[in-house]
Amino acid sequence: MSLSYAVSDSVVITRRHLKHTTRIPELLFFSVMQPIIFILLFTVVFANAIKIPGMDYKNYMMPAIFVQTMAFATTGTAAGFADDLHKGLIDRFRSLPMARSAVLIGRLVAEAARNTLTLFIMIGAGYAVGFRFQNGLLPALGGIVLLVAFAFAFSSIGTVIGLGVKTVEAAQMAGMIWIFPLTFLSNGFVPMTSLPGWLQGIVRYSPVTAMNNALRAMFYGHGQALASPALQSVVWIAGISVVFLFLGVRQYKKAAG
Amino acid sequence: MIVAEGLAKHYGKVTALDGVDLRVPAGTVLGLLGPNGAGKTTAVRSLPPLLRPDTGRATVAGHDVLRDPAAVRKVIGLSGQYAAVDEHLTGRENLDMVGRLFHLGGKASQARAAELLERFDLVDAADRVTKTYSGGMRRRLDLAASLVARPQVIFLDEPTTGLDPRSRLGMWDVIRELVREGATLLLTTQYLEEADALADNIAIIDSGKLIAQGTANELKAQVGGERVELVVADRSEVPKAVAALESLATADPVVDEDTHMVTVQVSGGTRALADVVRELDTAGVVAQDLAFRRPTLDEVFLSLTGHSTEEGS
Repeated sequence: MSLSYAVSDSVVITRRHLKHTTRIPELLFFSVMQPIIFILLFTVVFANAIKIPGMDYKNYMMPAIFVQTMAFATTGTAAGFADDLHKGLIDRFRSLPMARSAVLIGRLVAEAARNTLTLFIMIGAGYAVGFRFQNGLLPALGGIVLLVAFAFAFSSIGTVIGLGVKTVEAAQMAGMIWIFPLTFLSNGFVPMTSLPGWLQGIVRYSPVTAMNNALRAMFYGHGQALASPALQSVVWIAGISVVFLFLGVRQYKKAAG
Repeated sequence: MIVAEGLAKHYGKVTALDGVDLRVPAGTVLGLLGPNGAGKTTAVRSLPPLLRPDTGRATVAGHDVLRDPAAVRKVIGLSGQYAAVDEHLTGRENLDMVGRLFHLGGKASQARAAELLERFDLVDAADRVTKTYSGGMRRRLDLAASLVARPQVIFLDEPTTGLDPRSRLGMWDVIRELVREGATLLLTTQYLEEADALADNIAIIDSGKLIAQGTANELKAQVGGERVELVVADRSEVPKAVAALESLATADPVVDEDTHMVTVQVSGGTRALADVVRELDTAGVVAQDLAFRRPTLDEVFLSLTGHSTEEGS
Protein backbone atom coordinates (compact mmCIF):
# COMPACT_ATOMS: atom_id res chain seq x y z
CA MET A 1 0.00 0.00 0.00
CA SER A 2 2.66 2.47 1.01
CA LEU A 3 4.70 1.66 -2.09
CA SER A 4 1.78 2.29 -4.41
CA TYR A 5 1.17 5.60 -2.62
CA ALA A 6 4.85 6.44 -3.01
CA VAL A 7 4.45 5.95 -6.76
CA SER A 8 1.08 7.69 -7.20
CA ASP A 9 2.09 10.63 -4.95
CA SER A 10 5.33 11.00 -6.89
CA VAL A 11 3.34 11.14 -10.11
CA VAL A 12 1.21 13.97 -8.69
CA ILE A 13 4.34 15.93 -7.75
CA THR A 14 6.01 15.21 -11.09
CA ARG A 15 2.96 16.66 -12.86
CA ARG A 16 3.23 19.75 -10.70
CA HIS A 17 6.81 20.35 -11.82
CA LEU A 18 6.18 19.56 -15.46
CA LYS A 19 3.45 22.20 -15.42
CA HIS A 20 6.00 24.63 -14.02
CA THR A 21 8.19 24.03 -17.06
CA THR A 22 5.46 25.19 -19.39
CA ARG A 23 4.45 28.09 -17.10
CA ILE A 24 7.98 29.45 -16.68
CA PRO A 25 9.44 29.12 -20.19
CA GLU A 26 12.22 31.57 -19.37
CA LEU A 27 13.67 29.04 -16.93
CA LEU A 28 14.03 26.43 -19.64
CA PHE A 29 15.30 29.06 -22.04
CA PHE A 30 18.17 30.13 -19.80
CA SER A 31 19.07 26.63 -18.72
CA VAL A 32 19.45 25.77 -22.40
CA MET A 33 21.18 28.99 -23.40
CA GLN A 34 24.07 28.48 -21.02
CA PRO A 35 25.29 25.20 -22.53
CA ILE A 36 24.73 26.50 -26.06
CA ILE A 37 26.93 29.49 -25.26
CA PHE A 38 29.51 27.08 -23.85
CA ILE A 39 29.42 24.92 -26.95
CA LEU A 40 29.92 27.93 -29.21
CA LEU A 41 32.60 29.50 -27.01
CA PHE A 42 34.71 26.41 -26.67
CA THR A 43 34.45 25.33 -30.27
CA VAL A 44 35.23 28.80 -31.62
CA VAL A 45 37.85 29.93 -29.10
CA PHE A 46 39.71 26.74 -28.28
CA ALA A 47 39.17 24.56 -31.33
CA ASN A 48 42.56 25.37 -32.81
CA ALA A 49 44.40 26.24 -29.62
CA ILE A 50 44.15 22.86 -27.97
CA LYS A 51 45.41 19.87 -29.91
CA ILE A 52 44.29 16.43 -28.90
CA PRO A 53 46.25 13.62 -30.50
CA GLY A 54 44.04 11.51 -32.71
CA MET A 55 40.86 13.50 -32.14
CA ASP A 56 39.09 16.67 -33.17
CA TYR A 57 38.91 19.00 -30.14
CA LYS A 58 35.24 19.74 -30.75
CA ASN A 59 34.39 16.10 -30.35
CA TYR A 60 36.83 15.75 -27.47
CA MET A 61 35.22 18.39 -25.29
CA MET A 62 31.56 17.92 -26.29
CA PRO A 63 30.93 15.08 -23.77
CA ALA A 64 32.47 17.27 -21.06
CA ILE A 65 30.01 20.06 -21.81
CA PHE A 66 27.15 17.58 -21.62
CA VAL A 67 28.45 16.28 -18.30
CA GLN A 68 28.96 19.79 -16.95
CA THR A 69 25.45 20.86 -17.91
CA MET A 70 23.96 17.78 -16.26
CA ALA A 71 26.00 18.47 -13.12
CA PHE A 72 24.42 21.92 -13.01
CA ALA A 73 21.10 20.18 -12.33
CA THR A 74 22.16 20.47 -8.70
CA THR A 75 21.56 24.24 -8.72
CA GLY A 76 18.02 24.06 -10.07
CA THR A 77 16.99 21.38 -7.62
CA ALA A 78 18.56 23.15 -4.66
CA ALA A 79 16.92 26.48 -5.54
CA GLY A 80 13.57 24.77 -6.13
CA PHE A 81 13.53 23.05 -2.75
CA ALA A 82 14.72 26.19 -0.97
CA ASP A 83 11.88 28.10 -2.63
CA ASP A 84 9.28 25.49 -1.63
CA LEU A 85 10.61 25.56 1.92
CA HIS A 86 10.57 29.35 2.03
CA LYS A 87 7.01 29.62 0.66
CA GLY A 88 5.64 27.11 3.15
CA LEU A 89 4.88 24.45 0.52
CA ILE A 90 7.11 21.91 2.23
CA ASP A 91 5.06 22.49 5.40
CA ARG A 92 1.89 21.96 3.41
CA PHE A 93 3.18 18.68 1.93
CA ARG A 94 4.44 17.52 5.31
CA SER A 95 1.03 18.07 6.84
CA LEU A 96 -0.58 15.78 4.23
CA PRO A 97 -0.85 12.01 4.65
CA MET A 98 1.29 11.48 1.54
CA ALA A 99 4.39 9.37 0.99
CA ARG A 100 7.45 11.01 2.55
CA SER A 101 9.67 10.33 -0.45
CA ALA A 102 7.24 11.60 -3.09
CA VAL A 103 8.10 15.28 -2.84
CA LEU A 104 11.72 14.40 -3.62
CA ILE A 105 11.21 11.67 -6.19
CA GLY A 106 8.47 13.60 -7.97
CA ARG A 107 10.69 16.62 -8.48
CA LEU A 108 13.71 14.56 -9.51
CA VAL A 109 11.71 12.69 -12.13
CA ALA A 110 10.33 15.92 -13.58
CA GLU A 111 13.83 17.32 -13.67
CA ALA A 112 15.12 14.23 -15.43
CA ALA A 113 12.52 14.87 -18.14
CA ARG A 114 13.61 18.49 -18.37
CA ASN A 115 17.28 17.49 -18.51
CA THR A 116 16.56 15.06 -21.32
CA LEU A 117 15.02 17.89 -23.29
CA THR A 118 18.00 20.15 -22.56
CA LEU A 119 20.33 17.40 -23.69
CA PHE A 120 18.59 16.96 -27.04
CA ILE A 121 18.68 20.70 -27.67
CA MET A 122 22.40 20.67 -26.91
CA ILE A 123 22.99 17.77 -29.24
CA GLY A 124 21.23 19.78 -31.93
CA ALA A 125 23.47 22.76 -31.23
CA GLY A 126 26.47 20.44 -31.27
CA TYR A 127 25.51 19.10 -34.66
CA ALA A 128 25.38 22.68 -35.95
CA VAL A 129 29.05 23.21 -35.07
CA GLY A 130 30.33 19.87 -36.33
CA PHE A 131 29.83 17.38 -33.47
CA ARG A 132 28.84 13.90 -34.71
CA PHE A 133 27.98 10.57 -33.11
CA GLN A 134 30.44 8.19 -34.76
CA ASN A 135 29.71 4.89 -33.09
CA GLY A 136 26.15 4.03 -34.02
CA LEU A 137 22.75 4.74 -32.54
CA LEU A 138 22.57 2.33 -29.62
CA PRO A 139 25.79 3.39 -27.90
CA ALA A 140 24.77 7.03 -28.45
CA LEU A 141 21.41 6.40 -26.76
CA GLY A 142 23.22 4.56 -23.97
CA GLY A 143 25.36 7.65 -23.45
CA ILE A 144 22.27 9.87 -23.29
CA VAL A 145 20.70 7.62 -20.66
CA LEU A 146 23.93 7.71 -18.68
CA LEU A 147 23.91 11.52 -18.81
CA VAL A 148 20.32 11.76 -17.61
CA ALA A 149 21.10 9.37 -14.77
CA PHE A 150 24.15 11.47 -13.91
CA ALA A 151 21.91 14.57 -13.72
CA PHE A 152 19.50 12.66 -11.46
CA ALA A 153 22.34 11.85 -9.07
CA PHE A 154 23.45 15.48 -8.95
CA SER A 155 19.85 16.65 -8.46
CA SER A 156 19.69 14.43 -5.42
CA ILE A 157 22.69 16.36 -4.05
CA GLY A 158 20.67 19.51 -4.70
CA THR A 159 17.86 18.10 -2.58
CA VAL A 160 20.06 18.02 0.48
CA ILE A 161 21.42 21.51 -0.23
CA GLY A 162 18.00 23.04 -0.90
CA LEU A 163 16.40 21.63 2.23
CA GLY A 164 19.44 22.53 4.31
CA VAL A 165 19.98 26.23 3.65
CA LYS A 166 17.77 29.16 4.59
CA THR A 167 17.39 31.11 1.33
CA VAL A 168 17.03 30.51 -2.39
CA GLU A 169 20.14 32.58 -3.09
CA ALA A 170 22.24 30.53 -0.68
CA ALA A 171 20.90 27.34 -2.27
CA GLN A 172 21.91 28.59 -5.70
CA MET A 173 25.43 29.48 -4.58
CA ALA A 174 25.89 26.28 -2.62
CA GLY A 175 24.64 24.25 -5.55
CA MET A 176 26.95 25.92 -8.05
CA ILE A 177 30.20 26.88 -6.44
CA TRP A 178 31.85 23.46 -6.58
CA ILE A 179 30.56 22.42 -10.02
CA PHE A 180 33.18 24.31 -12.06
CA PRO A 181 36.15 22.96 -10.09
CA LEU A 182 34.65 19.48 -10.23
CA THR A 183 34.04 19.49 -13.97
CA PHE A 184 37.25 21.28 -14.92
CA LEU A 185 39.40 19.06 -12.74
CA SER A 186 38.87 16.19 -15.13
CA ASN A 187 40.03 15.15 -18.55
CA GLY A 188 37.04 16.95 -20.05
CA PHE A 189 38.64 19.98 -21.62
CA VAL A 190 42.35 19.12 -21.60
CA PRO A 191 44.06 15.74 -21.69
CA MET A 192 44.98 14.27 -18.36
CA THR A 193 48.69 14.28 -19.27
CA SER A 194 48.76 18.07 -19.45
CA LEU A 195 47.83 18.36 -15.77
CA PRO A 196 50.42 18.50 -12.96
CA GLY A 197 51.31 15.07 -11.65
CA TRP A 198 49.74 15.44 -8.20
CA LEU A 199 46.49 16.56 -9.78
CA GLN A 200 46.40 13.59 -12.15
CA GLY A 201 46.12 11.33 -9.12
CA ILE A 202 42.88 13.06 -8.11
CA VAL A 203 41.45 13.60 -11.57
CA ARG A 204 41.89 9.94 -12.45
CA TYR A 205 39.26 8.98 -9.88
CA SER A 206 36.81 11.80 -10.52
CA PRO A 207 33.28 10.74 -11.49
CA VAL A 208 33.47 13.39 -14.21
CA THR A 209 36.54 11.73 -15.73
CA ALA A 210 34.75 8.39 -15.65
CA MET A 211 31.78 9.95 -17.44
CA ASN A 212 33.98 11.65 -20.04
CA ASN A 213 35.77 8.40 -20.83
CA ALA A 214 32.55 6.43 -20.97
CA LEU A 215 30.87 8.94 -23.26
CA ARG A 216 33.86 9.19 -25.59
CA ALA A 217 33.79 5.44 -25.91
CA MET A 218 30.04 5.42 -26.51
CA PHE A 219 29.83 8.36 -28.88
CA TYR A 220 33.04 7.83 -30.90
CA GLY A 221 34.32 4.39 -30.04
CA HIS A 222 37.32 6.29 -28.71
CA GLY A 223 39.76 5.04 -26.14
CA GLN A 224 40.20 1.61 -24.68
CA ALA A 225 37.48 -0.60 -23.36
CA LEU A 226 34.10 0.94 -22.61
CA ALA A 227 33.32 -1.40 -19.75
CA SER A 228 35.59 0.08 -17.12
CA PRO A 229 34.66 3.79 -17.34
CA ALA A 230 30.97 2.98 -17.88
CA LEU A 231 30.97 0.75 -14.83
CA GLN A 232 32.75 3.39 -12.79
CA SER A 233 30.17 5.97 -13.88
CA VAL A 234 27.26 3.72 -12.97
CA VAL A 235 28.75 3.01 -9.56
CA TRP A 236 29.26 6.72 -8.94
CA ILE A 237 25.73 7.55 -10.06
CA ALA A 238 24.15 4.83 -7.94
CA GLY A 239 26.29 5.69 -4.93
CA ILE A 240 25.57 9.42 -5.06
CA SER A 241 21.84 8.86 -5.63
CA VAL A 242 21.41 6.41 -2.77
CA VAL A 243 23.38 8.43 -0.23
CA PHE A 244 21.86 11.80 -1.05
CA LEU A 245 18.30 10.57 -1.45
CA PHE A 246 18.58 8.97 1.96
CA LEU A 247 19.93 12.20 3.45
CA GLY A 248 17.35 14.23 1.51
CA VAL A 249 14.36 12.26 2.79
CA ARG A 250 15.73 12.46 6.32
CA GLN A 251 16.10 16.22 6.00
CA TYR A 252 12.63 16.56 4.47
CA LYS A 253 11.08 14.79 7.43
CA LYS A 254 12.44 17.31 9.86
CA ALA A 255 12.74 20.34 7.59
CA ALA A 256 12.28 23.27 9.95
CA GLY A 257 11.10 26.70 8.88
CA MET B 1 -10.06 16.82 20.52
CA ILE B 2 -6.65 18.40 20.98
CA VAL B 3 -4.76 17.73 24.17
CA ALA B 4 -1.20 18.88 24.73
CA GLU B 5 0.76 18.53 27.92
CA GLY B 6 4.03 20.13 28.86
CA LEU B 7 5.17 21.01 25.34
CA ALA B 8 8.65 22.47 25.39
CA LYS B 9 11.03 23.35 22.59
CA HIS B 10 14.45 24.94 22.70
CA TYR B 11 16.55 26.24 19.82
CA GLY B 12 20.04 26.43 21.24
CA LYS B 13 19.73 28.87 24.12
CA VAL B 14 16.41 30.24 22.96
CA THR B 15 13.35 28.80 24.63
CA ALA B 16 10.51 28.84 22.12
CA LEU B 17 8.06 26.87 24.27
CA ASP B 18 8.33 26.41 27.99
CA GLY B 19 5.90 23.76 29.13
CA VAL B 20 2.62 24.58 27.42
CA ASP B 21 -0.63 22.72 28.15
CA LEU B 22 -3.52 23.08 25.73
CA ARG B 23 -6.96 21.55 25.65
CA VAL B 24 -9.44 22.07 22.84
CA PRO B 25 -12.77 20.23 23.27
CA ALA B 26 -14.48 18.97 20.11
CA GLY B 27 -16.40 21.61 18.22
CA THR B 28 -14.78 24.56 19.96
CA VAL B 29 -12.26 27.21 18.98
CA LEU B 30 -9.16 27.89 21.02
CA GLY B 31 -7.49 31.19 20.28
CA LEU B 32 -3.81 31.17 21.07
CA LEU B 33 -3.04 34.80 21.59
CA GLY B 34 0.34 36.41 21.94
CA PRO B 35 2.80 38.87 20.43
CA ASN B 36 5.32 38.01 17.71
CA GLY B 37 7.87 35.51 18.93
CA ALA B 38 5.75 34.39 21.88
CA GLY B 39 5.79 30.76 20.72
CA LYS B 40 2.41 30.53 19.00
CA THR B 41 3.74 29.11 15.75
CA THR B 42 6.04 26.67 17.53
CA ALA B 43 3.07 25.42 19.54
CA VAL B 44 0.92 24.94 16.44
CA ARG B 45 3.73 23.32 14.46
CA SER B 46 4.33 20.71 17.14
CA LEU B 47 0.82 19.30 16.76
CA PRO B 48 0.42 18.19 13.10
CA PRO B 49 3.45 17.54 13.88
CA LEU B 50 5.83 19.58 11.75
CA LEU B 51 8.43 19.75 14.45
CA ARG B 52 9.28 17.54 17.35
CA PRO B 53 9.00 19.10 20.79
CA ASP B 54 11.89 18.39 23.18
CA THR B 55 9.50 17.26 25.87
CA GLY B 56 5.79 16.91 26.34
CA ARG B 57 3.10 14.88 24.67
CA ALA B 58 0.01 15.59 22.64
CA THR B 59 -2.93 13.84 21.04
CA VAL B 60 -5.11 15.05 18.20
CA ALA B 61 -8.47 13.31 17.72
CA GLY B 62 -7.18 10.55 19.97
CA HIS B 63 -3.98 9.92 17.98
CA ASP B 64 -0.63 10.44 19.63
CA VAL B 65 1.16 13.03 17.48
CA LEU B 66 4.62 11.61 18.06
CA ARG B 67 3.81 7.90 17.90
CA ASP B 68 1.29 7.98 15.10
CA PRO B 69 1.77 11.17 13.07
CA ALA B 70 0.39 9.50 9.93
CA ALA B 71 -3.01 9.01 11.59
CA VAL B 72 -2.98 12.63 12.76
CA ARG B 73 -2.28 13.92 9.24
CA LYS B 74 -5.37 12.17 7.91
CA VAL B 75 -7.75 14.10 10.15
CA ILE B 76 -6.24 17.58 10.25
CA GLY B 77 -6.04 20.61 8.03
CA LEU B 78 -3.23 23.10 8.41
CA SER B 79 -3.06 26.62 7.13
CA GLY B 80 0.26 28.20 7.92
CA GLN B 81 1.38 31.75 8.38
CA TYR B 82 2.29 32.18 4.73
CA ALA B 83 -0.23 31.26 2.08
CA ALA B 84 1.36 27.97 1.03
CA VAL B 85 0.08 27.71 -2.51
CA ASP B 86 2.03 26.93 -5.66
CA GLU B 87 2.16 30.25 -7.47
CA HIS B 88 2.71 28.68 -10.89
CA LEU B 89 -0.37 26.49 -10.65
CA THR B 90 -3.94 27.72 -10.95
CA GLY B 91 -6.24 27.78 -7.94
CA ARG B 92 -8.04 24.72 -9.25
CA GLU B 93 -4.78 22.83 -9.85
CA ASN B 94 -3.58 23.63 -6.34
CA LEU B 95 -6.71 22.18 -4.73
CA ASP B 96 -6.77 19.22 -7.09
CA MET B 97 -3.15 18.42 -6.20
CA VAL B 98 -3.90 18.47 -2.48
CA GLY B 99 -6.93 16.20 -3.00
CA ARG B 100 -4.85 13.67 -4.89
CA LEU B 101 -2.16 13.74 -2.22
CA PHE B 102 -4.91 12.98 0.31
CA HIS B 103 -5.62 9.96 -1.93
CA LEU B 104 -9.16 11.04 -2.68
CA GLY B 105 -8.72 9.95 -6.29
CA GLY B 106 -8.81 12.05 -9.43
CA LYS B 107 -12.54 12.48 -9.86
CA ALA B 108 -13.30 13.23 -6.22
CA SER B 109 -10.36 15.64 -6.08
CA GLN B 110 -11.67 17.61 -9.03
CA ALA B 111 -15.19 17.70 -7.64
CA ARG B 112 -13.95 18.81 -4.23
CA ALA B 113 -11.76 21.51 -5.83
CA ALA B 114 -14.75 22.90 -7.73
CA GLU B 115 -16.84 22.87 -4.55
CA LEU B 116 -14.23 24.75 -2.54
CA LEU B 117 -13.58 27.30 -5.28
CA GLU B 118 -17.28 28.05 -5.24
CA ARG B 119 -17.46 28.30 -1.49
CA PHE B 120 -14.41 30.57 -1.20
CA ASP B 121 -15.57 32.86 -3.97
CA LEU B 122 -12.69 31.97 -6.27
CA VAL B 123 -14.63 30.66 -9.24
CA ASP B 124 -13.71 33.56 -11.53
CA ALA B 125 -10.03 33.19 -10.68
CA ALA B 126 -10.06 29.38 -10.59
CA ASP B 127 -8.10 28.88 -13.80
CA ARG B 128 -5.59 31.67 -13.33
CA VAL B 129 -2.16 30.95 -11.86
CA THR B 130 -2.17 32.03 -8.23
CA LYS B 131 0.75 34.39 -8.81
CA THR B 132 -1.91 36.80 -10.08
CA TYR B 133 -4.03 36.48 -6.91
CA SER B 134 -4.33 39.19 -4.26
CA GLY B 135 -3.12 38.46 -0.74
CA GLY B 136 -6.67 37.83 0.46
CA MET B 137 -7.41 35.44 -2.40
CA ARG B 138 -4.24 33.47 -1.70
CA ARG B 139 -5.14 33.15 1.94
CA ARG B 140 -8.61 31.94 1.04
CA LEU B 141 -7.13 29.40 -1.37
CA ASP B 142 -4.68 28.29 1.29
CA LEU B 143 -7.51 27.82 3.77
CA ALA B 144 -9.50 25.97 1.11
CA ALA B 145 -6.49 23.68 0.55
CA SER B 146 -6.48 22.80 4.25
CA LEU B 147 -10.16 21.83 4.05
CA VAL B 148 -9.95 19.53 1.03
CA ALA B 149 -10.28 16.32 3.04
CA ARG B 150 -12.95 17.71 5.42
CA PRO B 151 -10.68 17.62 8.46
CA GLN B 152 -12.08 17.24 11.96
CA VAL B 153 -9.37 19.44 13.38
CA ILE B 154 -8.10 22.62 11.76
CA PHE B 155 -4.97 24.55 12.67
CA LEU B 156 -4.85 28.14 11.54
CA ASP B 157 -1.64 30.03 12.14
CA GLU B 158 -2.35 33.76 12.04
CA PRO B 159 -5.00 33.44 9.32
CA THR B 160 -5.49 37.18 8.86
CA THR B 161 -2.01 38.61 9.38
CA GLY B 162 -1.21 40.93 6.52
CA LEU B 163 -4.76 41.14 5.21
CA ASP B 164 -6.63 44.39 4.67
CA PRO B 165 -9.64 44.96 6.97
CA ARG B 166 -12.21 43.83 4.42
CA SER B 167 -10.40 40.58 3.63
CA ARG B 168 -9.99 40.02 7.34
CA LEU B 169 -13.72 40.27 7.97
CA GLY B 170 -14.32 37.93 5.03
CA MET B 171 -11.90 35.44 6.59
CA TRP B 172 -13.71 35.73 9.92
CA ASP B 173 -16.99 34.81 8.24
CA VAL B 174 -15.38 31.76 6.68
CA ILE B 175 -13.93 30.65 10.00
CA ARG B 176 -17.26 31.13 11.78
CA GLU B 177 -18.91 28.96 9.17
CA LEU B 178 -16.37 26.19 9.78
CA VAL B 179 -17.20 26.30 13.46
CA ARG B 180 -20.93 26.13 12.76
CA GLU B 181 -20.24 22.98 10.77
CA GLY B 182 -18.68 21.45 13.84
CA ALA B 183 -14.95 21.76 13.21
CA THR B 184 -12.50 21.96 16.08
CA LEU B 185 -10.14 24.86 15.62
CA LEU B 186 -6.83 25.96 17.03
CA LEU B 187 -6.21 29.46 15.87
CA THR B 188 -3.26 31.70 16.62
CA THR B 189 -3.45 35.43 16.41
CA GLN B 190 -1.76 38.55 17.62
CA TYR B 191 -4.98 40.48 17.31
CA LEU B 192 -7.02 40.65 20.46
CA GLU B 193 -10.23 41.52 18.70
CA GLU B 194 -9.77 38.47 16.50
CA ALA B 195 -9.51 36.13 19.48
CA ASP B 196 -12.48 37.94 21.02
CA ALA B 197 -14.55 37.56 17.85
CA LEU B 198 -13.75 33.95 16.99
CA ALA B 199 -12.58 31.95 19.98
CA ASP B 200 -14.61 30.13 22.63
CA ASN B 201 -11.55 29.91 24.80
CA ILE B 202 -8.45 32.04 24.76
CA ALA B 203 -4.98 31.04 25.87
CA ILE B 204 -2.55 33.91 26.29
CA ILE B 205 1.04 33.02 25.57
CA ASP B 206 4.08 35.15 26.21
CA SER B 207 7.76 34.15 26.01
CA GLY B 208 6.85 30.50 25.49
CA LYS B 209 4.62 30.27 28.58
CA LEU B 210 0.86 30.24 28.96
CA ILE B 211 0.05 33.07 31.30
CA ALA B 212 -3.75 32.91 31.31
CA GLN B 213 -6.52 30.78 29.94
CA GLY B 214 -10.29 31.10 29.87
CA THR B 215 -13.20 32.53 27.95
CA ALA B 216 -12.97 36.14 26.86
CA ASN B 217 -15.42 36.98 29.66
CA GLU B 218 -13.39 35.21 32.31
CA LEU B 219 -10.20 36.90 31.21
CA LYS B 220 -11.88 40.29 31.23
CA ALA B 221 -13.26 39.63 34.70
CA GLN B 222 -9.70 38.96 35.88
CA VAL B 223 -8.73 42.57 35.40
CA GLY B 224 -11.53 44.08 37.41
CA GLY B 225 -14.75 45.86 36.69
CA GLU B 226 -16.17 48.04 34.00
CA ARG B 227 -14.64 51.11 32.48
CA VAL B 228 -16.23 54.49 32.08
CA GLU B 229 -14.77 56.55 29.27
CA LEU B 230 -15.55 60.20 28.97
CA VAL B 231 -14.38 62.87 26.59
CA VAL B 232 -14.43 66.52 27.62
CA ALA B 233 -14.46 69.51 25.30
CA ASP B 234 -11.25 71.12 26.43
CA ARG B 235 -7.94 69.99 27.83
CA SER B 236 -8.35 72.29 30.81
CA GLU B 237 -11.44 70.34 31.83
CA VAL B 238 -9.48 67.07 32.16
CA PRO B 239 -8.09 67.63 35.70
CA LYS B 240 -11.53 68.71 36.89
CA ALA B 241 -13.07 65.53 35.52
CA VAL B 242 -10.37 63.37 37.08
CA ALA B 243 -10.84 65.05 40.45
CA ALA B 244 -14.61 64.60 40.28
CA LEU B 245 -14.35 60.88 39.64
CA GLU B 246 -11.56 60.11 42.07
CA SER B 247 -13.92 58.85 44.75
CA LEU B 248 -15.58 56.35 42.39
CA ALA B 249 -12.45 54.98 40.69
CA THR B 250 -11.20 51.57 41.77
CA ALA B 251 -7.85 52.18 40.07
CA ASP B 252 -5.88 55.21 38.90
CA PRO B 253 -7.73 56.92 36.04
CA VAL B 254 -6.04 56.75 32.63
CA VAL B 255 -5.83 60.06 30.78
CA ASP B 256 -5.27 60.57 27.08
CA GLU B 257 -4.29 64.25 26.78
CA ASP B 258 -4.61 64.39 23.00
CA THR B 259 -8.20 63.24 22.78
CA HIS B 260 -9.18 64.66 26.22
CA MET B 261 -10.32 61.23 27.22
CA VAL B 262 -10.45 59.97 30.78
CA THR B 263 -10.88 56.26 31.45
CA VAL B 264 -11.95 55.27 34.93
CA GLN B 265 -12.26 51.78 36.29
CA VAL B 266 -15.43 51.41 38.38
CA SER B 267 -17.39 48.69 40.10
CA GLY B 268 -21.11 48.19 40.61
CA GLY B 269 -22.36 47.96 37.05
CA THR B 270 -24.62 50.59 35.61
CA ARG B 271 -25.28 52.04 39.04
CA ALA B 272 -21.72 53.32 38.92
CA LEU B 273 -22.60 55.09 35.69
CA ALA B 274 -25.35 57.03 37.46
CA ASP B 275 -22.86 57.99 40.17
CA VAL B 276 -20.40 59.16 37.51
CA VAL B 277 -22.99 61.39 35.90
CA ARG B 278 -23.99 62.85 39.29
CA GLU B 279 -20.38 63.57 40.27
CA LEU B 280 -19.68 65.24 36.93
CA ASP B 281 -22.80 67.34 37.29
CA THR B 282 -21.82 68.44 40.79
CA ALA B 283 -18.35 69.41 39.59
CA GLY B 284 -19.82 71.28 36.63
CA VAL B 285 -18.06 69.15 34.04
CA VAL B 286 -19.91 68.56 30.78
CA ALA B 287 -18.89 65.43 28.90
CA GLN B 288 -19.06 65.42 25.12
CA ASP B 289 -19.02 61.68 25.01
CA LEU B 290 -19.62 59.14 27.72
CA ALA B 291 -19.22 55.39 27.37
CA PHE B 292 -19.63 52.46 29.69
CA ARG B 293 -17.84 49.26 28.76
CA ARG B 294 -16.17 46.14 30.00
CA PRO B 295 -12.38 45.87 29.82
CA THR B 296 -10.91 45.05 26.42
CA LEU B 297 -8.57 42.13 25.88
CA ASP B 298 -5.91 44.77 25.28
CA GLU B 299 -6.26 45.83 28.87
CA VAL B 300 -6.24 42.19 29.94
CA PHE B 301 -3.05 41.55 28.06
CA LEU B 302 -1.38 44.68 29.39
CA SER B 303 -2.25 43.88 32.98
CA LEU B 304 -1.06 40.26 32.65
CA THR B 305 2.20 40.81 30.83
CA GLY B 306 3.12 44.39 31.60
CA HIS B 307 3.35 45.13 27.88
CA SER B 308 0.91 45.41 25.01
CA THR B 309 0.63 42.86 22.20
CA GLU B 310 2.22 45.14 19.64
CA GLU B 311 5.46 45.62 21.55
CA GLY B 312 6.46 41.99 21.42
CA SER B 313 8.23 40.19 24.19
